Amino acid sequence: MSTSFYVGALELTTGAVLVCAVMTLWRRQVRTIVTMLRLQGVALASVAGVLAWHERDLGLAITAALVLAVKGALVPWLLRRVIRLDPRSRETAPLINVPASLVSAAFLIVVSYVVSSKLTALAPSAASRLVPVGVATVLVGYFMLVTRRRSVSQIVGLLLVDNGIGLVTFLLTAGVPLIVELGSTLDVLLVVVVLQVLVVNAGARHGSFDLDQMRELHD
Amino acid sequence: MTPDGPPLGYAIIASILQVALIVLGGPLLMGLMAKVRARAEGRVGAPIHQPLRDLRKLMGKEGLRAHHSSAVLAVAPLVVLGSTTLAVAISPLVTTHPLLSASSDLFVIVYLLLTGSIAMALAGLDTGTAFGGMGSSRAITIGALAEPALLVAVIALSIQARTSNLPAIVAATITHPVWTSTPTRLLALVAIVIVVIAETGRLPVDNPNTHLELTMIHEAMTLEYAGSDLGLVTLGAAMRLGLLFALLMNLFVPWGVATGSSILGLLAAVVFLALKTSLLAVAVSLIEVHSAKLRLFRVPELLAGGFVLAVLAVITQLATR
Repeated sequence: MSTSFYVGALELTTGAVLVCAVMTLWRRQVRTIVTMLRLQGVALASVAGVLAWHERDLGLAITAALVLAVKGALVPWLLRRVIRLDPRSRETAPLINVPASLVSAAFLIVVSYVVSSKLTALAPSAASRLVPVGVATVLVGYFMLVTRRRSVSQIVGLLLVDNGIGLVTFLLTAGVPLIVELGSTLDVLLVVVVLQVLVVNAGARHGSFDLDQMRELHD
Repeated sequence: MTPDGPPLGYAIIASILQVALIVLGGPLLMGLMAKVRARAEGRVGAPIHQPLRDLRKLMGKEGLRAHHSSAVLAVAPLVVLGSTTLAVAISPLVTTHPLLSASSDLFVIVYLLLTGSIAMALAGLDTGTAFGGMGSSRAITIGALAEPALLVAVIALSIQARTSNLPAIVAATITHPVWTSTPTRLLALVAIVIVVIAETGRLPVDNPNTHLELTMIHEAMTLEYAGSDLGLVTLGAAMRLGLLFALLMNLFVPWGVATGSSILGLLAAVVFLALKTSLLAVAVSLIEVHSAKLRLFRVPELLAGGFVLAVLAVITQLATR
């Protein structure tokens, strides 16, 4: 694979991760947001795939396949089941309206670029120059966690943070050892399953997923 | 622009050609879009040159103005037409060496277009009717959101070409064809498409065919116009559409634009531009057929999305430089 093709493919796939993150803030339909999350998982897996090809690294290739299976298929499928079980979570209920959150996202992206430019300067390479994109994905994920009320949106925010961290790891270190990646990916899967059970149970008990109304403990 | 650029006479001919092309081509593009839409809906539709016929009919009519209107109502169409004509003359539409190409800056073009929008908004307010004021307020709201997105998106391109001069950006893109498929370009393209759809008042932002008071934006401002004044306003809107479509295509698919100083190149560029803008018009009207108009309160969301994509384009360009 020629260098310019490698750089181009890396830029395109990394860019896709961030665009998907922004799209999750943009769209209102939770179903569309989950689709965006799935596309982001696929893009993240492609980043790992491109790096694996370039570095001729079998472990990274297996990681890419794992990411594709978990974040590109399994997690979105689980989230979709939650939406189907809870008709109220079809639309997001943002605390901050969509234009304001998009402008905030733009601000966060600029911040992440400024902040991580020092980090990038340490070891300039085609991959590490794209680290700001990963940091921006993490920040957008946190923003979503803070400003969205429905629990499905918050799960999505958490997964965005995780994808961002994954992207930074891939770009900076060309992937952590396979066993660590396996652990963290399964962790995410577990978190989603637990949250799903929690959401469905809470829905059955209280008929609501609005986290603002769950300040008190009931017996 | 450059000392070895083509002679002044060539630049003058090219600019006159551009203005003539947009004056005729803008209304034809509108006709083409209406035709494609009609065909997609299973109707025959009016012929493509119908907007030109309408313009001729309107121009031949007596101009009537409301009793209590001031000079603003009379001057606004001329301002719209004048600013758009100047922008068309100096933009890189068929050649990268139009008249005054050194001042054909991104900011100059955007502000020339903005001058026209402001004039139209003032004209909408002038007669004091409820619809006019409503249309002006809506148009300015959308414009205020769309202009920053347009500026930031083109800034992303100008970082790549290291100049904010539009002809120079087009020329640089012709010499670096790889640039057309970078992530920056793709993001900026989506942002500019959103802006152009908003600025030209097409679906899903504004429906150009309806006169329903709840939804109309551009039509509400022009309600008080009649006869030859209406003709001028309509021509101005059509030229704006033609200019924005042509600029969009030339910034992202610059092939066919004449870079040398041969008359034959100019003529070929005219054919290429007509083809490119027609393709874009067909694509936009096919999107229109398949999309419903957004609620007015959702339009800022669309434009904010465009703005963020433009910022992303700038950031990726800075990050990957």
